[in-house]
Amino acid sequence: MKSITKAKSRMPARLDLLQSLSGLVLALFMWFHMFFVASILLGADAFDRVAGWMEGSLIFEQTYPVIVSMAAMGVFALFVLHALLALRKFPSSYRQYRTFHDHMKRMGHEDTTLWFVQVFTGFAMFFLGSVHLYIMMTRPDTIGAYGSANRVVSEWMWPLYLLLLLAVELHGSIGLYRLAVKWGFLTGSNPVESRRKLKRAKWGVTVFFLALGLASLAAFIKIGLTQQDHFGQPVLSWASSVPAEHPMLPVPPLGELS
Amino acid sequence: MSTDSPVDSTSLSTSHSSRVASGRRLTFKILRHNPRDPDSHPHMATFELDETPGMTLFIALNAIRDEYAPSLQFDFVCRAGICGSCGMLIDGRPGLACRTLTQTLGEEITLAPLPAFKLIGDLSVDTGQWMRGMSERLETWVHGQQEIDPDRLEERMEPSLAEEIYELDRCIECGCCVAACGTALMREDFVGAVGLNKIARFRLDPRDDRTDADYYELIGDDDGVFGCMTLLGCQDVCPKDLTLQTQIAFLRRRMIATG
Repeated sequence: MKSITKAKSRMPARLDLLQSLSGLVLALFMWFHMFFVASILLGADAFDRVAGWMEGSLIFEQTYPVIVSMAAMGVFALFVLHALLALRKFPSSYRQYRTFHDHMKRMGHEDTTLWFVQVFTGFAMFFLGSVHLYIMMTRPDTIGAYGSANRVVSEWMWPLYLLLLLAVELHGSIGLYRLAVKWGFLTGSNPVESRRKLKRAKWGVTVFFLALGLASLAAFIKIGLTQQDHFGQPVLSWASSVPAEHPMLPVPPLGELS
Repeated sequence: MSTDSPVDSTSLSTSHSSRVASGRRLTFKILRHNPRDPDSHPHMATFELDETPGMTLFIALNAIRDEYAPSLQFDFVCRAGICGSCGMLIDGRPGLACRTLTQTLGEEITLAPLPAFKLIGDLSVDTGQWMRGMSERLETWVHGQQEIDPDRLEERMEPSLAEEIYELDRCIECGCCVAACGTALMREDFVGAVGLNKIARFRLDPRDDRTDADYYELIGDDDGVFGCMTLLGCQDVCPKDLTLQTQIAFLRRRMIATG
């Protein structure tokens, strides 16, 4: 028997686990995030109320936007960590890229193609996600039905949010599916059949969250278009005042926006 | 009639036509290249053939070689999906030619050698060199301290365990999993599903004294189990239907527990 004396580094194991764990937390966070954002579909008040909860209104007597800043910083740190770990798997040269791309085209194999989609959307999120998270870290006080709608329409963030939505929902759902098969979770006694079901569920999740995201974005755009005339005026968050009653910003109820 | 011209089209209605024809006329586009000939350049050669019932790619390639392209290189030994010699890209996907019925393919069939391996010529590749390198690196043999006494009966093994080991031992080293793996193609040091499956097999074997810590030394890095990006091409093309997805996931969990 060959004796093995020099111990191999345990770092590859830790990096592999960390990449999966950071991806899992980010993907699950995005599910909650999307549900919070989708509260706009229930009306401006509902969204402002949820935004207030995020700023501590359930615990404190007033809201503290800095809580959102801190949370965004935490998410950003995790986002950067996950990106760094995932970079290990990216093609590291044009030759590797061409090799993979040609192989993907030739094989026409779904899971191989989905990995490439993850690389592509992950790369896009380096930029798109960073812009969004920077705003959430620096201007949490502007998060609210009208403040966010202004950002979407008057500050021209809607194209970025549209691309970010597509990237996040594709990347996240593919990632969760891959996590399950990569670690052998939820695979049961018949891994082949379980994988088929997991993939079907993955597409279901993608379609659901994309639909929810697009509907939410449309709702913000609708409010934002109505509020364009007031762009530049201060908007207070839900906890400080009810926007509809603010003298600087006479906002009609959502039902009258058409 | 030359078959090496990139635009050459050879029609074949051979002795096979004496059989009952299925009515389809197949067009084969075959990548041809002889790396030992300095004048050879890779090109697609085209051949036409009447399909016969039960025709496999093995039958079709032999018909083409017998009648029109005697220099066409491809490998076959068992013709029954056991030897693993006839792996090739069939319409872009790795598979065994002897087990592929032409009726499962379209009328135009593209054949190319498996990537990742040294090309011998046309559809023939040297998987042996790759497999030997992998086997030596991963030490894919029983590591036991016990002296072997040829006069003594072997230690007994539970039939269920023997079955489990045998199941993983069904790998024929055809190379399809390696050729289907985007990671193995991008990173030539990656051991591939075939290598990881072998580790899973020896890990089960009670005659092998190695521990998970020993196996970590062999596959605990990005050329081993942590290099796998779960593209699952290996699982989907394996002609022996090995549970590669399950084995790699299991090894990953074991190596993480060890690390």
